[in-house]
Amino acid sequence: MFKILQKTLQTGIVTAPYPEVAPPLSEHFRGRPAFDLEKWRDARPAAEVCPTGAIALSDSYDSRQVTIDYGRCVFCGQCAEVSIDGAVQVTREFELAALDRRDLIITAEYALHSDGTQRQLTAVHTGDGAGAAGELGRKLAEDVHRILGRSLAIREVDAGSCNGCELEIIALNNPVHDIERFGIHFVASPRHADMLLVTGPVTRNMELALRKTYDAAPEPKVVVAAGACGISGGIFGTNYATRGGVDQTIPVDVFIPGCPPRPEALLYGILLAVGRLGQRMRSRWPN
Amino acid sequence: MLPVWEALREKFPGRVRPLEAPSELQLCIRLDNADAREVVHYLRTQQEARLVSVFAEDRVAAENVFYNYYLFERRGDPCYLILQAPIPPDQPRFPSLAAELPAVNWQEREIQDWFGLEALGHPNPRRVALHDNWPDVHPLRKDFPLDQVLPPFEGQRHAYRPTLGEGVFQVPVGPVHAGTIEPGHFNFAVAGEPILYLQLRMFYTHKGTEKLFEHLPIHRAVFLAESISGDSSFSHGTAFCQAIERAAEIEVPFLAQIMRTILLELERIYNHVADIGAIATDVGFVVANAHAGRLREMVVQLNEELAGNRLLRGFVCVGGVRRYWLPRQVETLAKTLNVFGREFQELVAIIKTFDSTRYWLDGTGFLHPDKARALGIVGVSGRASGVDLDVRRDHPYAAYDCVQFQVPVYDGGDVWHRTQVRIDEVRQSFAIIGAAIPHLFDGPHRAPAQHVPPGRCALSAVEGWRGEILHWVRTGRGNCLERCKIKDPSINNWPALVEAVQGNIIADFPVINKSFNLSYSGTDR
Repeated sequence: MFKILQKTLQTGIVTAPYPEVAPPLSEHFRGRPAFDLEKWRDARPAAEVCPTGAIALSDSYDSRQVTIDYGRCVFCGQCAEVSIDGAVQVTREFELAALDRRDLIITAEYALHSDGTQRQLTAVHTGDGAGAAGELGRKLAEDVHRILGRSLAIREVDAGSCNGCELEIIALNNPVHDIERFGIHFVASPRHADMLLVTGPVTRNMELALRKTYDAAPEPKVVVAAGACGISGGIFGTNYATRGGVDQTIPVDVFIPGCPPRPEALLYGILLAVGRLGQRMRSRWPN
Repeated sequence: MLPVWEALREKFPGRVRPLEAPSELQLCIRLDNADAREVVHYLRTQQEARLVSVFAEDRVAAENVFYNYYLFERRGDPCYLILQAPIPPDQPRFPSLAAELPAVNWQEREIQDWFGLEALGHPNPRRVALHDNWPDVHPLRKDFPLDQVLPPFEGQRHAYRPTLGEGVFQVPVGPVHAGTIEPGHFNFAVAGEPILYLQLRMFYTHKGTEKLFEHLPIHRAVFLAESISGDSSFSHGTAFCQAIERAAEIEVPFLAQIMRTILLELERIYNHVADIGAIATDVGFVVANAHAGRLREMVVQLNEELAGNRLLRGFVCVGGVRRYWLPRQVETLAKTLNVFGREFQELVAIIKTFDSTRYWLDGTGFLHPDKARALGIVGVSGRASGVDLDVRRDHPYAAYDCVQFQVPVYDGGDVWHRTQVRIDEVRQSFAIIGAAIPHLFDGPHRAPAQHVPPGRCALSAVEGWRGEILHWVRTGRGNCLERCKIKDPSINNWPALVEAVQGNIIADFPVINKSFNLSYSGTDR
């Protein structure tokens, strides 16, 4: 017993103060690839190397539509490696969770040269969910306390993932990330849960179990889809055995990109979902 | 394997013939489908060869034949022996070995489900890889399209053996479990607290992975390999890249081999430490888990520094690794390991101080060494039950032939010994990395990109942290694959769990399950 106490005192507090303070990211960490759409001269090499089709092209004879879907991205950084003009850069941004699937998609239209390179950017469409990420995180952390009285119960559902997302979700419970400091805890039954945290892709064999789990969770509830597979099916996409993203089976409130999302990214998405849960509670009990 | 080949030729004259010139890695032999049982029996009993895996391939469109492959290894011989048995499409049957060799039980049934080839004489020919409510389809046949839309389910998912007797109850668990773990269905038959038997229903996370490999260009398929089992991303990724490198005869630079070795060991360390902590939690020792969680975090942060991703994804590539390390990164590696090594010893000391932990883990979830051998158990669970196998030593790859290490083997067979194997292995990994670091010199880290010729077959094995991972590929045209067979160690080891829980109380199931810690996704693919 004395040994344990001694070790505990020696170790001290190891919990990282995210979201108040930015996490100590390695300079080699691969976060969101950023695209300088004006400067981008050729999207073809990036689309060619992208493992999941997160960068997709649709060419007509003198124009090109480029779709960039962060909901498919596995953050491999190959698009930046093949970008000779530096129009694609890997950043260390990870607070990418969105309330709307469309917010994760950018569509750019280009006029083309005869050799297939891009002459001019003609139009850009993005969702309008982009916001001051860090700021939002802090506000949301306060919300958890106010809305839920320091208690949010999450039921994690693996609907077919490779278990990468599970490892990072488990890491939320370790002393470094310590999600319980927000009063957020993982529960054993959907009947105790305010939130379902679902990883995918949803397999044909898990579809029914996921629906039943959703039905078993009491209202009001929110659903968070974690990871590229949970959002879009990721590298598995849709095939004879998988149904693709979680939103193809049950309604989803928050989407957390990543492969897998790092614990801070998950935490950010969960806090974002708490805001959504707050809205839902207010509409049921206006005062 | 050359002496084995000589013996085979003598024993079965005219019935076996070599397929290609043997290399130091593999020897391929063709035999008649009808002879398979006899030859396999001979190899196992007379030549002391171990049947590693059985798998099939659809070559109907190309050669009007299915192939069954029997993969063997023998202690002290780095070369694998691959037997190829052609099966004509109008007689889609092969002789089952499962009655004699329980280790191939699931693998043969998988061939039945996925290829529609019947395992003749299988003692339990029910479906395993497709649930009972699936239509009669065979997804790995070439005429089955990847994106085929199947009709809705009909009938029962799976019929369990009835649970009979006074006071005997069924406890169904899953597929959604209480903890943050993967889905699968367990059906316990209990008499009071002790478990009489356990029935498993896996393949809830079946994602069509092997089929998908046939539809992705190789440079994308590397990422699919990393998603077979998230906790073994780097091992599976390396196994896949190695298979392609062998098929295309790509020479991987030594620096890349060293870097791969280091990262493979880091993967082992972070998973073993997490498991040691989780086992402690399951016997109520939460403080130990808190320290283990902290140590694991230390290693995954190091992973991120070295590979850009906490789970080591997106770093291995065909021909080597994607980036080299700066001196600063290597310094961080050495420094972190130093701290980790000290802290790990303290963690082990804390766990071992308490008799109550030892008391709980001793004798719990016992797997008898004879059972382990019969069931073909591999990896950590095998080594804790006297099965002395380790791909790193038996079939060296990456830079394992340049480093010294020991393979811990115990006969204890219980949760305590599975924990002890992990503890020993972390120490060994630590030593391996320490020995590898001085070899990190300047040089190329990646062979130049190269065309992968079609029609080449290659096998690659990696000792993942769980055990033996196999990838077997046949390359196709246009930088694609014709077939990629994946064997995660989990598929061998589920029957071990069924054995080990018998007679234990149901409350000990979590800790027994954790001590095996098998991958559902790796099993189900």
